[in-house]
Order: sequence, then C-alpha cells, then structure tokens
Amino acid sequence: MSEAREFKYIGQRTIRPDGYDKVTGRANYAADLSLPGMIWGKILRSPHAHARILSIDTSKAEAHPDVMAVATYQDFPHVSSEMFQAGETPTDLLDLARNLLADDKVLYHGHAIAAIAARTESAAEAALSLIEIDYEVLPPVMDVADAMKPESPVLHDDMFTVGLAEKPDKASNIASRMELKKGDIEAGFAEAEVVVERDYYTPTVHQGYIEPHATTVSIDEDGQAMVWCSTQGHFDVRASTAKLLDMELGKIKVVAAEIGGGFGGKTTVYLEPVALILSRKSGRPVKMVMTREEVFRATGPGSATRSRIKIGAKKDGTITAMQAKLCFEAGSFKGSPMGPGCMTVFTPYDVENMYIEGYDVVVNKPKVAAYRAPGAPQAEFAAEMAINELADKLGIDPIEIRLKNAAKEGTQTVYGPKLKAVGLVECLEAAKNSAQYQSALDENQGRGLAAGFWFNIGGQSSVIINMNPDGTGTILEGSPDIGGSRASIQLMAAEELGIPPSHLKPVVADTEHLAYSATTGGSRTTFATGMAVIEAAQDVVRQFKERAAAVWNVTSEQVEWVDGVAINTAGEDKLTAAEICRGAEKTGGQISGTANINARGAGPSFAVHLCDVEVDKETGKVDVIRYTAIQDAGKAIHPSYVEGQYQGGAAQGIGWALNEEYIYNEDGIMENAGFLDYRIPLASDLPMIDTVIVEVPNPFHPFGVRGVGETGIVPPLAAVATAVSDAIDVRMTDLPCSPPRVLKAILDAS
Amino acid sequence: MTKTHVTTSINGEAVEFLCEPGDTLLSVLRNELQMTGTKEGCGSGDCGACSVTVNGRLVCSCLVLGVEAEGAEIGTVEGIESKDQLHTIQKKFLEHAALQCGICTPGLIVSTKALLEENPNPTEEEARYYLAGNLCRCTGYDKIIRAVMDSAEVMRGEALR
Amino acid sequence: MATVIFSSELQRFTGEEKTHVSATNYRDLIDEILGRYDRLPANEIQKMAVAIDGEIIHDPFLETVKPDSEVHFLFRISGG
Repeated sequence: MSEAREFKYIGQRTIRPDGYDKVTGRANYAADLSLPGMIWGKILRSPHAHARILSIDTSKAEAHPDVMAVATYQDFPHVSSEMFQAGETPTDLLDLARNLLADDKVLYHGHAIAAIAARTESAAEAALSLIEIDYEVLPPVMDVADAMKPESPVLHDDMFTVGLAEKPDKASNIASRMELKKGDIEAGFAEAEVVVERDYYTPTVHQGYIEPHATTVSIDEDGQAMVWCSTQGHFDVRASTAKLLDMELGKIKVVAAEIGGGFGGKTTVYLEPVALILSRKSGRPVKMVMTREEVFRATGPGSATRSRIKIGAKKDGTITAMQAKLCFEAGSFKGSPMGPGCMTVFTPYDVENMYIEGYDVVVNKPKVAAYRAPGAPQAEFAAEMAINELADKLGIDPIEIRLKNAAKEGTQTVYGPKLKAVGLVECLEAAKNSAQYQSALDENQGRGLAAGFWFNIGGQSSVIINMNPDGTGTILEGSPDIGGSRASIQLMAAEELGIPPSHLKPVVADTEHLAYSATTGGSRTTFATGMAVIEAAQDVVRQFKERAAAVWNVTSEQVEWVDGVAINTAGEDKLTAAEICRGAEKTGGQISGTANINARGAGPSFAVHLCDVEVDKETGKVDVIRYTAIQDAGKAIHPSYVEGQYQGGAAQGIGWALNEEYIYNEDGIMENAGFLDYRIPLASDLPMIDTVIVEVPNPFHPFGVRGVGETGIVPPLAAVATAVSDAIDVRMTDLPCSPPRVLKAILDAS
Repeated sequence: MTKTHVTTSINGEAVEFLCEPGDTLLSVLRNELQMTGTKEGCGSGDCGACSVTVNGRLVCSCLVLGVEAEGAEIGTVEGIESKDQLHTIQKKFLEHAALQCGICTPGLIVSTKALLEENPNPTEEEARYYLAGNLCRCTGYDKIIRAVMDSAEVMRGEALR
Repeated sequence: MATVIFSSELQRFTGEEKTHVSATNYRDLIDEILGRYDRLPANEIQKMAVAIDGEIIHDPFLETVKPDSEVHFLFRISGG
C-alpha cells in the first residue's frame, strides 16, 4: 500500500540512463546489427486484396544462383487452430501462421506469400519475380458495414459467428458478437426526457512508428537460434516463434534491440519466424528489414469502426440510459479489440442502465494489431461525441454534465467489478480550472472537451539486481523500453535501496538472462516491472541488513536501513551500501536481489483533454491552436516522461481526428502507403501541449503508480472533432475531419 | 556491375568507399561504413530520420546517391559531439526529455544544428516549420521545440563570449 | 457464501445472473459452478480473468474468496 511520503529520488527529472547513446546515434536498433556471413531476406506479397492461391511454383527462384533459400507456408511444421497467449492477446496459432505466409488464400493486398534469402538485398528483391503464382481473384470486402451484410462475399468458409444464441448454419464475416449489460435499458430510456442517437465512423489507422520492423537471426547446427529484433516483447517473440516452428523455448535467444516506436504494433511477429526458416535452410544469418510501404500494407493497423450510440437523460443532465452498438474491423483474421471497446465505451459514467453490443468482423485489410488502448479510442470517441451533443442540447456545460455523472470509487462498471480509487473527478476539476478553459475564443474557432479511460494491466515481470563490490549495481529487467522507462526504473530502485540513481544501471536483458517477462504494453512497465524492481531492491536490502548484522554480531531485526546506510540500533555502528558490498566476499559472497512476480492491482487512468481549433472555412483546414492534456498518473515517478506520454498520446489522437486514414481504391489497394499521404502530425501542425498531472495514488502500488501510456490517446478524438463541430457549427460524426470532409460539411450546411 | 570508388570527407575525416551507382548515401553510410547513427524510416524523403548535411546543406540521405558524396563534405549525427563532449543541442535534448524511443533523434539533432547555423534566433514558429521534415511519433514535438529554443539561447550566449 | 455474478455473455450458459457458492478459493469455485451449470464451457471459463471484490486478477489460480466476496468473470485485458 502507498502512503503519502516524502520521496528522496522519485519525482526528480533525472537524465535518462540510455540517453547518451540515443542523442549520439550509438544506440543499436534492430536494423543496425550485421553479422558475418549475413544474407538478406525479402518477402513476396499478394497483388490482390482477396484471392485463392491455386498454385505456387518456387522452382525457378530456387534454381537461381543468387538465391540461397526460399520459404512458404509449407515450411511451418504442422500448424493447427489453437489459441495461445502470444503477447497480450490470445491468438489463434493457425491465423498467425497464415498471416506470416499465406496458405491457400490471400486476404489483403500485401499479404505475405513467400520469402527469399539471397546474398544482397537487391538480389533477394529481384528474385521474388521468379516465383510463379496462380490466383483466382475474388471480390474484396473493404468496409465493416458491407462485410456484415448476409450477401457479402465471405473471407473464411469456416467462420461461423460465435456468441449468437444459436450457431448459424451459414458462414459469415462476423467472427463474434458480444453483449454487456447493466440494469434495465428500456426502463432507463423510459425515464429519459431527452435522447441523443447518432452513428459514428473511425477509419483504419496505423500506429505510425518511425522505425520499420527489422530482424537479424541466426541458427546453428545444434538448433540454437538467436533473434535480434524490434519488439515490445522479446519473451513473447520467443513464445510465438517456438510455437510456430515447433522449437523449445530454451533453444531460442531473443535480444530486444532498442525500439523505434511500437504503440502496440510491435506486440506480435511478422518477420522473425520467416527469417529463421530462411536461416535454417541457407545455413547463414539472415537479415530482414521492412520498407515503409510494407509497414503500411502488411503490418497490423488499428481497427476501423462503425458505431451507434444512444443516450437518454433527464433535463437536468442526469443520464438514465446508455446504449452502444460497436462494429469493429478485425482485418483479414478474427481478433479486433471489440471486447475492450465494449468494456470502456461508457466507463467514465456512473449510470445504472447500460446495454452494449459488439461485433468483430473480418474484411480484406491487414490483420489488425493493438494500437494504444486498443478499442477504447474508437468506442469512447463515439460516446464522448454523444455526451457533448447531449450537453449542447440541454444547454449544460460539458464539464458539468460529466461531473454530474462521473465514475468514481465504488461505481459499478458494466463489465462487472466496482472501481477502486480513481481520478476522473479530479481531472474534470482541473479542466474547469485550467487557463485554457477560462480563455475566450475568436471567430472561426471552436472548443472541444472529452474524457477517456483505460484499465491498464499488471502481469509477469522478472528483475535481478546485482550489486558490485564498490556499491554500484546493475538492474536486469525484461521490459523493452519504448518511452524512457529505464529512467523510472532507475529512480524506483534508487528510492528503495537508498542509493543514488547514478550508481544504478538499468539494463533491458535478453531472454537468456531473466525469467519470462511480459510484453511492454498495457501501460504496465512503470507499474509492474516497477513493482518487481522494488521487490528485488527489498531483497537486496534484506541481505544488506543480514551482512551488517553478521559484522556487528547482532540480529537482522536490530539493523535499520535508512538512506542507503545500515544502522545498528543496538549500538552506534553504521555501514554504507558500498562498504557492505566491498566486504561481501567475506560475509558470504556477492549480493543479488531477485523478484519474479505476477503483478496485480493495476490502477486505471482517467484523462480529460481540452482542444481549441481554428478552421479556415474556405479550405476546410483545421489548426489546433491550444491543447491541454490532463490525466491521473497515481504517482509520477519521472514527471518528464509522464508528460511525454500525455503529449504523445494527444498527438496521435489529433492525427487520428484530423488527417489519418487508410485510403483504398475499388480493388482494395491502399493508395497512401507512405508518410507523405498518410499524414501524421508534423512539428508545424501542433502547438505546445500543456499537461496537468493529477495524482490519485493507486493503493495497490508501493509508490501509488498508475500506468499512463495509453489513456492519453482516447480523449483527443472527440475533443478535436467536437472543437471542429463547434467552430463550423456543424456536427462532425466521421473521422478524420480532414479538409475535404470539413469543407463538404460547411458547404452542405450552407 | 562494377562498383564506383568514391572519395569524400565525413565529419571532417577523409573517407573512401565503393558503391553501386544506384546505392543511396544512406545505404552507404549504414551498410558500407557501419555508421548506423543515421536511420531509415521511410526511404522516400518523408520522415527525416536519415537527415545529414552535404556541403552544409540539410538533406535526406535516402534521396542522395552515394556517388554524389564524391568531393563533398558530409555531416552526420556521429560528428555532432566533439571528442566525448556532447554538443549543447544534445545536452538540451536530454535535459528536456525531448526523446522517447529515440529513433527520430539523430535526424532531429542534425536538423536542429543546421537550423541554428542558418538562423541562430528562430521564433517557435520558424523552428517548427524548419523541423517539419523530421517526423516524431512519440513526443508530440513539445519538448523537442523547448530543447531547440533553449539550445538556441545558450548557443547565442556562447557566441557572444 | 460468496456471490458469483455472470455477465450477459455467460448468462447464455447459466440462465441466471448470479449464484452463491460455498467455495473459499478459486479452484473450488470453478468446480462448484461447472458442476452447477453443465453448459458453461470449462476451457473458456478457466482462461478468463476474475475480479474479486473489485480487484481484477488475470491469474486467479491461487486466489482465495471470502464469504462476502463478489466475484465477476472478465476477458483478460491487454493493451498496446
């Protein structure tokens, strides 16, 4: 349990320990590794959005002198449909294999079909055209609404909707249906004096990490493999690879390179198992690096959605009923974040009567992957827009209407448990008191506000702290660092040990140096790996006390540990950590602390964002002129990196709201597969993003930490769209609010 | 295809290399010369992760051919610090926590140096527009711009001494 | 007796919203409800997370349950 305490190191804005390597270009990312004898792998990708593969002939490629190996789906050992825990989500092994290399069908333009390894990158690329494939082209299904129609072409002949009262007799594109309810929705609407009902749309978007996927692998005569890759979870890369290739976990060493962004998109595998097949077949190390185009066409984007929201309330703003129908695109294989979407959609509200229906639907687009609070931005966008419309209709301030119905400690969620201590009300109050909210707007300007929620997770983390004979130490932990988490880990260890942060070096260790640690995601690192670090540090402190006790001939209970110094309460003696470490050889050997935990008690994080925009009514261009991101961090271990998460989430959400979307032609081919036309925010698009860190401590973490990485992407979608609607006096319901859409809305209204 | 022999200068040091006529300067830096500080984010000049200077001019090295380096002075991220001492820009990026994953950081640091050489006293807007060619997905640019403005102020002060 | 509350998803198999169990730990609780509701899919239910008195637990194998506890089954949450 956390207490309100004075911290010695926590809360300081230290320089991150891995920073020097990052600002000098020395840090090694996945594409930076080369091995002696290395050859290059390239992938042949489907030119069709939907087709049956009638035959594949790789003989010409295999005969080519430059080609050293060819891989297809047939190179996977027997794969069957089996759900396994790959990364954070349960994944169907068969779907994973078929996504990496197509079996009898290609299901999206860019779907991988075969791989070639050759001496040079260009030779591998050139040899791809030697593979001959016969296709039966099928009509593509490109939108969730079309895919759900009974007459739609069907992607999988064996897909029968799960979650219906009776198993259907006809295959469909609806993988599953889910329902959540609370109270009596009909009674709720019967009580309502005003109702808002509206449809919303969010497009397919990409996480947009600047570093493409890359891996370098090798495998030796004994079947010992080494995988160096860009991943948020190297232990799960090991698990997926072992499952796909029928290998023992102990024979695969995975090293997490520094990672250039992930946001959920690197919690699965695309290249690594394929590269290992090529390496085994060629007898050489293999490097594979995706191009930016491949990243867009063939990695997992965030789901497009179509939602209907219906909210009923009394004239005084008390909400009596909340209803949602959420249809999520899963891409080519089942598994959209429809579940979390349904669970989060109305969670910021303490309302007795709720009914939520969700659909997971396949379409001929790449299989979706997680994207920062997966499912929540899409679902909560729709809900927050409807709440803002309700506030408008009733003439009630959007903060006041939320305060009136806000979720708090004890609120029953629609997915079951009651919330513990949470900070939504505090965030709303901070928004009310913010300078931005007090400021006036000019002509053509508009303001929008929205709330957001994400659960955050705990899970397994392993940590070993090794103390050196001079009292410095190394912290081995297993969480790839995507945002600067090593800085917080260093601070938490320092606080518990009483040793200055600069004496402790956090290292992201590989799979051979630690027990299994869960994928970095779910905003878990500072919380769960932090908890493991604290426990490992407590283990070290326990040993420090034992050693000091041995030296002084007292019991451990008679030794206190204060500020990095052992104090003999039965006498006057003191020993510093450095002194104890120097004498460790004499007192029993070197000192290491370990913790292998399964952390629980993750605290949810609520946020409220404020956005002001100015719209050029002649072009439909929207400028974000002011932005404030307010979020509950529980306890900010390193405030700069907490602020960084708030700002980064806001920027991604702004991009999602204003410009980002996958644009498809009628053949199901993405037309904007590059950063020029898949327009993420630039430095010139954004103002400074003001942040407010609210701290309602999470009672389940020793320092009160709540994960913060994900919630921040949830509020911006509705905050921005509401601001645009306010500026042009037309209700926007479809994202993105790009210039053509905004201009059309203005022209249609006049 | 026979390779072309290129003689150039990188970060003030004389360098020679062989490359195919179609190889980009980015590919040469990373694969021939093992100078992996310069990153590839897109290969089409849209993200700025591969920013370098050629004869003092800021360019995307993925849009420059290796053979174009002949007789030129190339500046990469590896040349920003001097003899183990971080440049002010690098220090300020660290102080302001202007990086999260760090993949865009080398490109941004090279671009920032080019900006401040051209315009030692930029407004926030001028800095944002100059750096618009360097995409960052993690930070939302707030702390980056603060680091740039702070670097500019410190460097102006140093110039006066 | 602890109370187990079923989501509308699980109510398709149980036919009712809640039930009381005498079990004092997770494993006995599972045995009890699987015994009571033969349509409840054993594999699926054992992969789910539980919330015991509001605390969400992804791996409840060793968990104990108090006589006045409220237990919900939820899908495991992940993230990105």
